[in-house]
This record gives sequence, C-alpha cells and structure tokens, in this order.
Amino acid sequence: MRQQYSLYGVMLYVASTIFVLYLAMEDPNAATWNALFWITQLFVCINAVAKSFLQENRGRMLYFYSICHPAVFVMAKLLYNIVLMAILNVFNLIIFIALMGNPTEVLLQFIGISFLGGLGLSLVFTMLAAIASKAMQQASLMAILGFPIIIPQLLLLIRLSRMAFAEVFRPGAAMQIVLLLLALDLGIIILSVILFPFLWKD
Amino acid sequence: MNKKWWKIACIVLLVYTVIGGLLISVPALPQLQETIRNLYFHVCMWFAMMILFGVSVVHSIQYLNTGNLRKDISSRAYASTGVVFGLLGYATGAIWASYTWADPNNPAYASFGSIVREPKLIGAAIALLIYFAYFVLRSSIPDLDQRARVSAVYNIFAFAMLFPSIWIIPRILPSLHPGKEGNPALNFNDIDARMRMVFYPAVIGWTLLGVWITTLKIRISFLQEKNWLNA
Repeated sequence: MRQQYSLYGVMLYVASTIFVLYLAMEDPNAATWNALFWITQLFVCINAVAKSFLQENRGRMLYFYSICHPAVFVMAKLLYNIVLMAILNVFNLIIFIALMGNPTEVLLQFIGISFLGGLGLSLVFTMLAAIASKAMQQASLMAILGFPIIIPQLLLLIRLSRMAFAEVFRPGAAMQIVLLLLALDLGIIILSVILFPFLWKD
Repeated sequence: MNKKWWKIACIVLLVYTVIGGLLISVPALPQLQETIRNLYFHVCMWFAMMILFGVSVVHSIQYLNTGNLRKDISSRAYASTGVVFGLLGYATGAIWASYTWADPNNPAYASFGSIVREPKLIGAAIALLIYFAYFVLRSSIPDLDQRARVSAVYNIFAFAMLFPSIWIIPRILPSLHPGKEGNPALNFNDIDARMRMVFYPAVIGWTLLGVWITTLKIRISFLQEKNWLNA
C-alpha cells in the first residue's frame, strides 16, 4: 500500500458524508434510506476509483508501460478497484446502519446486492477514470462522462434492493436483474481489455 | 451522377410521408384518435437517431483500426446529427404526450413530473447526455490525435452501455409507453396494415435525410481541415 492516506481520506469522506445525512434527516423511511445509500455509494466510488488513474504521475505510467502489457495493467487496475470498493462498501454499510438505523427486512440480501452494485460501479468508473485521465479538468469530467452511463445500473440496483425491504417480486424477475447486472459487468471487463490499449499509446 | 439516386429517394419518401401521413386514413383508437399520425414523425426520429449513433460508433471503430483522422471527423458529424434527431424526437414526443398522457383537468405542465419518470424518456435522456458528454470530452483534449483516440474509446464504451438502458430497462420497469413487449416498432402486429404503408417508407426517408445532412457536414469539415488532413 503506497498511498495509505488516500484510503483513509476516502473513509473519512464516507464517514463525514453519512454524518451530514444523519444530522440532516431524522429517521428516514425505507425508500429514502435506500436512495441515500446508493447515492453515497456512487460518490464514494467516484472519489475512490478516480484516484487510481488521476493520481498516477507520468513517470510511473511510463514505467508500467515498459514492464507490462496494457491488458494486464487494466486487469490489475480493475481487480484493485473491485477490492477497494468492497472494503469501502463494508465501511459504508456499517456506518449507515449505525447512524441511520436498519430498515431492511433481509439484511443479508441487501449486503449481497450492495456488493453486486459496488462491483459494477468500480468497473465502470475504472474505465472512465482511464478515459478522463487523458483530458483536462479530470475530476469534473469524470462526473460528466460517468453519470449517464451509470444511471441505468443504478436504477436497476435501487429496484433490486427493494427486495431486501420485503417487496414481493414476480418469480424470476429478481434473478433476471441480477443476471443482467452480471452480464453488464462482464461486458465492461471485456470492453476495458479491448479498448484500454488504445488509450495507452502516447 | 450515379450517387444522386438516394437523395432523390429521400425527397420522394419524405414528400410521401408528409402527404400520405396526413391524408391516408388511420384506425381511430380511443385516447389516440388522429394523434397516431405522429407515429410517422416521432418514432422515425428515434430510429434515425439510433442509426446515426450506430454509424458514428462504426466510424470510431474504424478510426481505432486505421488511425485515419477523416474517420474521426465522420464519427463526430454523425454523433452531432444524431443529437439533433434525438432532440426532435423529444419535441414530437412532448407534443404527443400533451394530448394523450397529460391530465386534461390540469394544465399540461402539471403532468410534467409524472411523465418524465417514464423509462423510455429516461433512456432517451441518457442517450443524449452520453453524446453531450462525448462533445465535452472532445473539447477538453487539445491534442488532435489524442482527442480522436480518447473520444473514439468513449464513444464505443458509452454506446455499449447505452444499449441496456434503451432496450432492456424499459421492459423491466413499469411504463405507459407503447412497445414494451418485443422490439418496439419492429413487431408486425403492433401497427395497422394501412399505417405500415407509410411508416416504413417514413423511417427510411428520415434516416436518409439524416445521412444526407451528415455527409454535407463531413464535406465542410474536410474542406476546413484540409491543410492538416493532406499534410
């Protein structure tokens, strides 16, 4: 771990965001809780994953370029961001439940869905960070590029996580959404491996 | 010139669309009545938009394969015409919705909040946002080759992510918009035979118009950039 402070920085960001939400809203109902959780998750992901490319300086990128194939490099980045997002996901869940209460009926299900969501978010934003790192005003560009792409996934996730609030789904419908999200994730990985080498030619 | 036939076809088809679309009789369904004629305009805009975006992505892929900057110019031009068609699709849809979906007891804008929640509208909004982001990305990279390469990568990536939002999500979420089961507008049982006679030519006509506009834009860009394209 070369940059421990950046991990602690994001954790502090999570904690203070949720603390502000806690002070702003007393006892949110289940739908609000769900929406707030996913919004927090989204912003945490943007902050944590964006750093993976934007903080690398030119010299180090050149070094990586000389020692490995771009496809290997992007796989490593994806994997690292998945793990990072999973850690932050746990952290986010713990603080959320501690401060905002636990309105879920089936907590285990919600945890599973949140990991599925974290996986998709980290994959999409890794690729977008790679794209945005080539442009000026990188941080704001991340949001502009990312939001339209992530909206469909986020909609599906919010819909799916209502299952954990004991909403009854048509049989098979929930599984269908899960499979769809997994297929999307797989598609993102394949696209990243194909497209990333083009980004790297400098 | 043997390349002119499709431009003539475009004009003929669009004249037929406007005249036939307004005169040929249509089935009178409750709620829709004569507003169904908007089908020849509204749905065709989305068809043309998707086709133009698709062509833009194909040019992006070709750019990444060949490194020919002309492909990059074409890709940008097709995307911008696609955005115009998308905005026209919204405009025609808004007029249609104000007659069919809006609550007649309130002024039309009072129904705005509930109409915008519609999954199809969200999907269309995402498509337009993606291409606005594409233009923002382009303008934020000063270097020519790098701009072309990065925006081509984003174009392909975003288009691949766009498909679930436009084709799959509307079928999962509840919706008032027609065309939920099966492929919207491609299903033969969806439309009356009389309407098909106008609808399919209309789709082709509007798409050809979009391509025509774009080829003109591309030719202007080639002339403007000719100094460094030939260098």
